[in-house]
Amino acid sequence: MTVPPDDPAIRAQGLVRSFGPVQAVRGVSLEVRRGEIFGLVGPDGAGKTTIMRMLAGVLRPDAGEIDLGGIDVVAEPERARAELSYMPQRFGLYEDLTVGENIFFYGELFRVPHAQRRARSGQLLEAAGLAPFRRRLAGQLSGGMKQKLGLVCALIHTPRVLLLDEPTTGVDPVSRREFWAILYDLRDSGVTILLSTAYMDEAERCSRLALLHAGLVRTCDTPSGLKRAMAGALVAVVAGDPRAVHAALAGAPGVLGRLLMGDRVHVRVDDSDRRVPELRALLAGRGIADAAFTAIEPGIEDVFVALLGPEEAA
Amino acid sequence: MSPRRLFAMAFKEMLQIWRDPHSLAIALLMPMMQMVLLGYGISLDIRGVPLCIYDQERSQTSRALVQRFVASDWFTGVRVLDSDRAVREVMDNGDCAGVVTIPVDFSRVFTTTGSGPVQAVFDATDSNTTNIAIGYAQGVVALTTADFEMRWAQAHGLLPRTVGAVDFQPRVWFNEGLESSYFIIPGVVAVILALVGAQLTSLTISREWERGTMEQLISTPVTALEVMLGKIVPYFLIGLFDAIFCLLAAIFWFHVPFRGSIVLLALTTALFTVVVLGIGYLLSVRIRSQLGASQIALILTLLPTTMLSGYTFPIDQMPAPIRAVSLLVYARYYVTILRAVFLKGSSALDLLGPILALALYALAIVWIAARAFRKSLD
Ligand SMILES: Nc1ncnc2c1ncn2[C@@H]1O[C@H](COP(=O)(O)OP(=O)(O)OP(=O)(O)O)[C@@H](O)[C@H]1O
Ligand SMILES: [Mg+2]
Repeated sequence: MTVPPDDPAIRAQGLVRSFGPVQAVRGVSLEVRRGEIFGLVGPDGAGKTTIMRMLAGVLRPDAGEIDLGGIDVVAEPERARAELSYMPQRFGLYEDLTVGENIFFYGELFRVPHAQRRARSGQLLEAAGLAPFRRRLAGQLSGGMKQKLGLVCALIHTPRVLLLDEPTTGVDPVSRREFWAILYDLRDSGVTILLSTAYMDEAERCSRLALLHAGLVRTCDTPSGLKRAMAGALVAVVAGDPRAVHAALAGAPGVLGRLLMGDRVHVRVDDSDRRVPELRALLAGRGIADAAFTAIEPGIEDVFVALLGPEEAA
Repeated sequence: MSPRRLFAMAFKEMLQIWRDPHSLAIALLMPMMQMVLLGYGISLDIRGVPLCIYDQERSQTSRALVQRFVASDWFTGVRVLDSDRAVREVMDNGDCAGVVTIPVDFSRVFTTTGSGPVQAVFDATDSNTTNIAIGYAQGVVALTTADFEMRWAQAHGLLPRTVGAVDFQPRVWFNEGLESSYFIIPGVVAVILALVGAQLTSLTISREWERGTMEQLISTPVTALEVMLGKIVPYFLIGLFDAIFCLLAAIFWFHVPFRGSIVLLALTTALFTVVVLGIGYLLSVRIRSQLGASQIALILTLLPTTMLSGYTFPIDQMPAPIRAVSLLVYARYYVTILRAVFLKGSSALDLLGPILALALYALAIVWIAARAFRKSLD
C-alpha cells in the first residue's frame, strides 16, 4: 500500500461523543501530519482524553470518522492497533510486574520478534535512564520513571503513531526534559506523535496545537501562528501586589485581557503606545506607584486567555 | 488467536497471582480449610463413638453380637457391662455415648421368631452424635441379623436368602444415617470447587478495571478470546490442584471408598472446573469492581450449590418447581457423577446424562464468556 507522503497520519472528522447528558466532544475535526508532534491543549474536562480514546479505538464515537493512514479506526479498531500506541492518562502498566516483565508482556502482545525486543528495550531503557531498574516492580518507580516506562512499553513494537494523554503530568522537570528528548528522537525517526498537555511550556514545543475547550477545537495552528493571530499587544506589569494590579485594571479602556502570572500581570491592550501611559496613570490613581511596563512575547497561556476569556481559561 | 499472546497473558496472570499473597491464599488454602471444616463437620463423629454394651444373656448368639460391636470401626473402647448399676454409672459419668442392652431372652426370641429385640439407651446431649451413633448401632445389628437370619433359615431348612444378603449391602451404603459421610463428602468436594472456582476468576477482569490497566490492555492487538483463555488457564491449574487435594482428602482422610475410574473422575472434574471458572469470569466481565464481582459470585454460587445440588438435600424429595430449577444448578451433575464414581464405580456410560449436561454447560458458558468481553471502554 503506497500512501502519498503528504497524506495526514491521522484525520478525524466530526467526532462527537456524549456520556449521558454530558457532551464531552461536540464535533471535533483534526489532521495530524506525518512526523509531527501535535498537541491537544485545553482545561480540565475539555475532552482531551475522550478524543484520545476515540483515536486509539478504545472508545466508540457517537458520530464522526477517524482515518489512520488508510485504516478506518471506527470500523476496524483492531487493524489500527498494530500501527499505533496509546498511553492513557492514568498509569496503565502492571505495578506488580517488574520493569522488564512489563516490557516483555507488551512486546509479546504485539508479537515483536525476540531479538528485536531485546535490542529495542535495551536501547529505550538506556535512553529513558531506566536500565538499572529492570528488576524493580513498576509500582515502586517514581512518577517520572513510571511515565518513561509507559513510553518504553508503548514504543516496544515501533508504532507509526503515538498517542500520549498528558504524559508528563506530575513528572519532575528533569524527567520531563528526558521525556521530551525521547519524543524529539522519535519524531526525527518519523513517528507521528499526538499528545495532550496541561503545561503551556510543553505546548510551545509542539509543532502544531489544537486549543480545545468544552468539547470543541477553538483554534488550531503552530504555536507562533497562534500568537501572531492574537489581537493587540501584550505587556507585563510589575508593581507591588500583583492581585491589586489585576483588580485595578478590570474594565479599563483598551484592556482586552488580563492574566495573573506569579508576581506579574499580563495585560493585553489594543495599542500599547497609547495605553501604557494611561494605565500607568490609572494605577497611580489607585495608589499603585512605580508600575513597570514591559512589552513581552505572548505565551500559549496568553493565547488561551485571549481566545476564551480569563474565567473560562482558568 | 496467537499462542504467543495467549502465553503472555497467562504468564502475566501467573506472575500476578504469585505476587499477590491474598489471591494465592484464597486459591490454595481456602479449599483445604473448607474441606477440613466441612468434611469434619459431617464426619468427625463418624468413627470412635464410645459405646457400652450390657449383655444380660451371655449366650453364644449374644456374644456374637457383642463381638460385632467390638470389631466395628464406628465404636471405640466398647466396654461390656454386667449390671444395671454399671449402666447407670457410665451414663451418669458420660463415659459412653450410649448403652446397648441385649435382653436375657434374646436368643430364645430370636430362634423362635427370627428376629431379636435389642434395647439401646443413648445420651441425647449431643443429638448429632447420638443420631449417627444410633444409625451405626442399627447398622451393626442389621448386619448381624442378616447373618443370623441366614443361619436361622438354613437351620430351618429354608432356602438361604442369598439374594437378600447381597441386596443388603447397598441398603447399608445408602442409609443416610449410617453412611452419610460417604454420601456427602463427594458432594462437599463439588460445593467447594464451585465456590472457590467462581471466586478465583471473578476477580480477574475486574482487577484490570480497578487498577487502571484495562485501557492500555485493550489498546493492544490482544483478542477477547486470548484475554479469556489467558485469564482462565492459570486458574484452571489452581482449580485442578484444589480438586486433586479435595478428592485425595475424601479418599485418604475421610476414607470414602473409591470404586470408579480415575480417568473418568479426572475428565469430569476438569469439565466442572471449566464451568465454575467460566461463571466467575463472566461475572468479572460484567461487574467492574473486584469486591462486587466476588460477592455476586459468592451469592450466586453459595445458595444454589448448597441447597439445590443434592449434596445434602435429596433432589427427588424437592417440590417439582424447585426440582426444575435445580436442573440449572451445574453442581448437581457433578455431585451425581462424583457420588456414582466414588461409591458405585459407575462408568461413563452409566453417567451419560450428567456428563452430557455438564459438557453442555461448559460449552455454553465458554461460548458466552468468549463473547462477553468487549475491547472497549463503553
Ligand atoms: N467515562 C465517562 N463517563 C462520564 N463522563 C465522562 C466520561 N469520560 C469523560 N467524561 C466527561 O466528559 C468531559 C470530558 O472529559 P475528558 O476526560 O475527555 O476531559 P479532559 O480534557 O481529558 O480532562 P482532564 O484534563 O481532566 O483529563 C468531562 O466533563 C468528563 O466529566
Ligand atoms: Mg484527560
